[in-house]
Amino acid sequence: MSVEIRDGKKILVTPISAEDLKDIKIGDIVYLSGSLTTCRDVAHRRVVEEGREIPVDVRNNAILHAGPIIRPIDPDNGKFEMVSVGPTTSMRMEKFEYDFVKITGVRVIIGKGGMKENTSNACKDFGAIHCVIPAGNAVVAAVCVEEIVKAEWRDLGMPETLWNCRVKEFGPLIVSIDSQGRNYFEEKKIEYNKRKDEQVAKISEQVKFIK
Amino acid sequence: MTQVEKMTDMIAKFVGHTAKKLPDDVIAKLQELRAKEDSPMAKVIYDTMFRNQELAVKLDRPSCQDTGVLQFWVKCGTKFPLIDDLEALLKEAVIKATFETPLRHNSVETFDEYNTGKNVGKGTPTVFWDIVPHSDKCEIYTYMAGGGCTLPGYAMVLMPGEGYEGVTKFVLDRMTTYGLNACPPLLVGVGVATSVETAALLSKKALMRPIGSHNPNERAAKMEKLLEDGINAIGLGPQGMGGNYAVMGVNIENTARHPSAIGVAVNVGCWSHRRGHIIFDKDLNCEVLSHSGVKF
Repeated sequence: MSVEIRDGKKILVTPISAEDLKDIKIGDIVYLSGSLTTCRDVAHRRVVEEGREIPVDVRNNAILHAGPIIRPIDPDNGKFEMVSVGPTTSMRMEKFEYDFVKITGVRVIIGKGGMKENTSNACKDFGAIHCVIPAGNAVVAAVCVEEIVKAEWRDLGMPETLWNCRVKEFGPLIVSIDSQGRNYFEEKKIEYNKRKDEQVAKISEQVKFIK
Repeated sequence: MTQVEKMTDMIAKFVGHTAKKLPDDVIAKLQELRAKEDSPMAKVIYDTMFRNQELAVKLDRPSCQDTGVLQFWVKCGTKFPLIDDLEALLKEAVIKATFETPLRHNSVETFDEYNTGKNVGKGTPTVFWDIVPHSDKCEIYTYMAGGGCTLPGYAMVLMPGEGYEGVTKFVLDRMTTYGLNACPPLLVGVGVATSVETAALLSKKALMRPIGSHNPNERAAKMEKLLEDGINAIGLGPQGMGGNYAVMGVNIENTARHPSAIGVAVNVGCWSHRRGHIIFDKDLNCEVLSHSGVKF
């Protein structure tokens, strides 16, 4: 069972199957327990463009678009502490995400802001979701990390290293693309743009200062 | 300890404090907006934000991992004894704060494209100078300009025929394209002036004004209110995910303009608006106006 309800919270526990995500819809709020790996620009490029094998198994697990602040505890034995971690703009990974999901089999992508068709098609075709964690909340996110299990591709430097974490009730995660391919931000933007045009017209009537 | 060392330490400590605790006016405004949201999603987002700010103080960590590029707007009296040393000591204070707080390394040298690892570089921290004649005081605004809220920044010159209607469209267009990803509720700074650089600088200085303050010009103040209500009515809400309030305020700063041009710029501060305001006298006695309870 990969979806648990505890204290009214819906918690996805890795490994997660496509079937587990079937009833999760855009706008839902969920949490994640288990395997979460930070993965951003260059790691996506290595997997998709360079064809390199990702050294952390993210199949049926989760990735986080983020560049954390890490403190070494015992770096010779690979021990690190997560000080501060928050999502970065997911849109930068949009270009790679269809192929990334296809190749790696990742189920949950966490980041900031919306993504577009490459990602929503991947979510629909391969059974995955994209979620946002409210940004600017780096301490809330860091304290959900129980342990940094391993660090790979460390040649990329602290922000870009694949930090494979064991997390407990990481969230809140707001589902922005579901496995049917519905896209929360893209649907919202239609509303926002309509109301924006109305407001521009309304305000313009009251600021005719040049006469 | 020399006076230069003393002021360096005080600035470093104050900058570190602003990474962990938001200014009083921002906290008060976020509390007000939190109470006025009714959707379950907006409530969860605000609960997370307030829990994060409590944990940041409790665990003594920066509340957001992006501690930005440091920017200082200095209003320095010509008789302030450390005026000659100020720019160098601000840079030193940023290096000190970077290791003590700790702050993320956010200074990448352009063209050579490497991170200096010290959070300072050519021209960073940014220092905006205003010289105040016949004064021996030094007033400093500190600001952590994070990547997310720097991205929506935009300036252009409109033709007078576009008028303030054009200014309105310029600002609102930016909110629905970039603003929603810049961590609303935002503080929106607008510069209305004579060229791109005058408008751009004013749009940043506008973000240093306290929330709830108004432009002294009656029409400009009216436009601040119209834009605030208008952006809220778009419904972006917290984090751009929908809700009743998307801004903490709109601050407009202005100058006169060339008859043929309206320079306009917009700059935004995210909900985690890490602005500090401190005033030193000639003996380095200081008063902190942005944050209550700061001790040196």
